[in-house]
Amino acid sequence: MRSFSLGDLLSLLGALQWTAVLVLIALGFGAPLALLLALMRTSASRALRWTATAFLQLVQGVPLLGLLMFFYFGMPVFLGIEMPPLVAVGIAMTVYTASFLGEIWRGGIEAVKHEQWEAAACLGLSTWHQFRYVIAPQAFRMALPPTVGFLVQLIKGTSLASIVGFVELARAGQLVSAATFQPLLVYSIVAAIYFAACLPLTLWARSLEVRLNGAR
Amino acid sequence: MQTLNFQQLWRYQDQLIDGTLHTLLLTLVAAAIGTAIGVAAAAAVRSGPRPVRWAIRGYVELIRNTPSLIQLFVVFFVLPGFGLRMGAFEAASIALGLYFGAYCTEIVRAGLDAIPGSQVEAGQCLGLTRWQVFRHIVLPPALRSVYPAFTSQFVLLLLGTSLASQISAEELFHTGGFIETRTYRSFEVYAVICGIYFALVMTFKLLFAAVGHLAFRWPVRR
Repeated sequence: MRSFSLGDLLSLLGALQWTAVLVLIALGFGAPLALLLALMRTSASRALRWTATAFLQLVQGVPLLGLLMFFYFGMPVFLGIEMPPLVAVGIAMTVYTASFLGEIWRGGIEAVKHEQWEAAACLGLSTWHQFRYVIAPQAFRMALPPTVGFLVQLIKGTSLASIVGFVELARAGQLVSAATFQPLLVYSIVAAIYFAACLPLTLWARSLEVRLNGAR
Repeated sequence: MQTLNFQQLWRYQDQLIDGTLHTLLLTLVAAAIGTAIGVAAAAAVRSGPRPVRWAIRGYVELIRNTPSLIQLFVVFFVLPGFGLRMGAFEAASIALGLYFGAYCTEIVRAGLDAIPGSQVEAGQCLGLTRWQVFRHIVLPPALRSVYPAFTSQFVLLLLGTSLASQISAEELFHTGGFIETRTYRSFEVYAVICGIYFALVMTFKLLFAAVGHLAFRWPVRR
């Protein structure tokens, strides 16, 4: 047994970069998927709307932990190959991000008055250009605060990757805690690191909300 | 490619039912604790002295900006330090109750803020007592504006109780781990567990929608 040292603190901070990697993977793959889902949910086609709704209900009706296990153990079943935890975790976080961001962005798109679509159509813009140049900029303003708020959920959500053995901040905390037998100290430090990463985003989301609401 | 085999899981249906009931119990206990905290804290934020308001703000931000998993670990390891010996299930109830309480505080506060002060003044002008003003003027619209956020937070809490398995509280996800170690059918086990959570969530969503439809049917004037 050894006591908590500076080296342990550094290893916790080092593990933070893997938390960041997970967040970036989830955003990088999840955001395009979220945009697709938001467009499907607001499209005129009933089949597209229902497909997207079914996907969202399914993903949001299952714990994130369940999604992780599903992909972690499901990969070998479906593909017949063992996958490193990063792939399974990355897919689960991507699906999770897509479903929540998709709903937030759908809300933003729907908050833009329908006359805006019609006005853009009258100007002779194609459907994509109507969305790209008229609807999206307005929807973006409304959806930005909750999107930043979701980032906080996402950062906190990556802590679940620890459960399938992926070494990010929470898992590093477990390892250091097991080595030093000082769980209270270690987990408090881990919590403080998460707090330091999330609080600025929370405050930013709140100031955006005040600013963008005031502008309307 | 492995073949799927769900047959072995049949033997464990008693455990699965038991796990489901424990998940429901944990959700309800945490929701009760959290709602009590939320209502009290929201009331204190509105009318309490400044130090109390600061303490509540700190609590809300602390809980909302740290992962639930870490909160569970901290509560699980902190309580014995204060001489409180308790099982994992009790520790999970407290941790998740504190977690739900922070979100609930914000929800209730927003609900109370949504009521214009002029409505309260109008009630006072009619000669209503403080309690009557609260009961007939503040409470009904506050409940309605709180309801959607509260129910979706409740669903998130239900899903979040799965984390309690990590401090070995015996709920549905923990049951999954138990069956997994006996059957080695990991994927099948967690697919079934996910299916049960999904059924629970859908049941609650339908229930909440029905109750909301019945309870808040009076028209809104904008």
